[in-house]
Amino acid sequence: MDFLLSGFIKAIELLISGDSYTWSAVAATLKVSSISMLLSLGAGLPCGFILGYFNFRGKRALRTVLDTLLALPTVFIGLLVYAFISSKGPMGSFNLLFTLTGIAVGQTILAFPIVAAITASIIENIDPGLKLTLISLGAGKRNTILTCLWEVRYGILAAAVTAYGRVLTEVGISMMVGGNIKWHTRTMTTAIALETGKGMFSNGIALGLILILIAFTVNLSLSFLRKK
Amino acid sequence: MIRKSFVLIAALAAALSLFAGTASWAGQSLMMATTTSTDNTGLLDYLIPYFEKETGIELKWTATGTGKALKLGERCDVDVLLVHAPGAEKAYIKKGFGKDRKEIMYNDFVIIGPDSDPAGIKGKSISDALLAVKSKQAIFVSRGDDSGTNKKEKLLWKDAGISLPDKEKWYVQTGQGMLASINVCEERKGYTMTDRGTYIKYQSQKGGNAPLKVLVEGDQILLNQYSVLTLDPKNCPNAKYDLAMKYLNWMAGENAQNLVRDFRLLGKKLFIPNAK
Repeated sequence: MDFLLSGFIKAIELLISGDSYTWSAVAATLKVSSISMLLSLGAGLPCGFILGYFNFRGKRALRTVLDTLLALPTVFIGLLVYAFISSKGPMGSFNLLFTLTGIAVGQTILAFPIVAAITASIIENIDPGLKLTLISLGAGKRNTILTCLWEVRYGILAAAVTAYGRVLTEVGISMMVGGNIKWHTRTMTTAIALETGKGMFSNGIALGLILILIAFTVNLSLSFLRKK
Repeated sequence: MIRKSFVLIAALAAALSLFAGTASWAGQSLMMATTTSTDNTGLLDYLIPYFEKETGIELKWTATGTGKALKLGERCDVDVLLVHAPGAEKAYIKKGFGKDRKEIMYNDFVIIGPDSDPAGIKGKSISDALLAVKSKQAIFVSRGDDSGTNKKEKLLWKDAGISLPDKEKWYVQTGQGMLASINVCEERKGYTMTDRGTYIKYQSQKGGNAPLKVLVEGDQILLNQYSVLTLDPKNCPNAKYDLAMKYLNWMAGENAQNLVRDFRLLGKKLFIPNAK
């Protein structure tokens, strides 16, 4: 128990003193999660929209596959990505192993199904009356879609927040693909895993608290977005 | 409007990934896979800045078990290895994965356990100690991760004529690093085998008053040899063999050997240099 309190104190110390080790992990985490969020939103939102808005053959099967992908374990994604970007893998020449970009690729695979599945559910659940009303008011196809999207903006925000939470906190991909290299690919979560492995529990707690603080800041700014 | 924002997102993503990519590309750099013990004890954090200053080569390392480190080398994902499983290393070179092997330093393995010593192993030979643990069914914590330490521990059981107690209740396989395993061992009040360096690190974390004590030590079989291995350019033509050799020679050189000798925790030496 004692390490909880000392961890809390240490977290404040690390933040105030601008500890370069901590900040390098914070920077790595922010960089990698931003890239993977941009990529997964860029791919997941349109896919989710198509899946939720249009009716086509095989749609249900596709939804089932997507929902199953929500259960992908992060270590497994890590291994999968490693197989491709390892120097003996088909994409070895890109030199992505042990880089933040490599981690971002894995995290995109992690976040994409979350964004797509939640977006699809939200779009599916739009009040069917809305579409009818819009069409009867003389809205074109483009305007109908845009209005529908506007209606569900908070739902999409929720999809993004959920995916972000997952990306920010995963360890498996960062460890396997990034290699937990000090000053380079050591993220907050791999640093926590390392400190815990070294038995430095209070350091682990301190870093964990800082990670929660990052998540809090991000969500706080998003909630302001919601008010406007 | 939607299309525009997607273009924007794509552009941002591209810019960011470029940024992330360039950050890890500057200058000559060498990628090493090593074991948790060299990293967790702080040896590399202490030693490598000297290497970088003297050679101008940036050294990055990933710390895993020896099993995974060897695998990373086999697949050419790193340039050089610092590991501690002599048997596996020699087989590795024979298989055409490794090229040069240089012994750098050693410490020794010890069996640690609670002061109360429920199986009464204190001062016994290593084989007798393991037999006593088995007959008393005392908790024994194993890394269980095919690391160098784990390989050695399995060898000790075999040496004592005991088949690996893989499924026994008292045999706890953590699948974690050495310090994490020692912490499990402390919680369970069990025995475990550890390299002395990590044990001293554990002691220093406990303020020199650690609940687990060294109970068995000094056997020749408990020697823990660390070596630098380069990768065979035939298997890994893209690995930086020249830089790896520079690193190997530096580690075996007088300067690094002295630095290793001077590395202490709680006033105790963690590694003893022995490059020839």
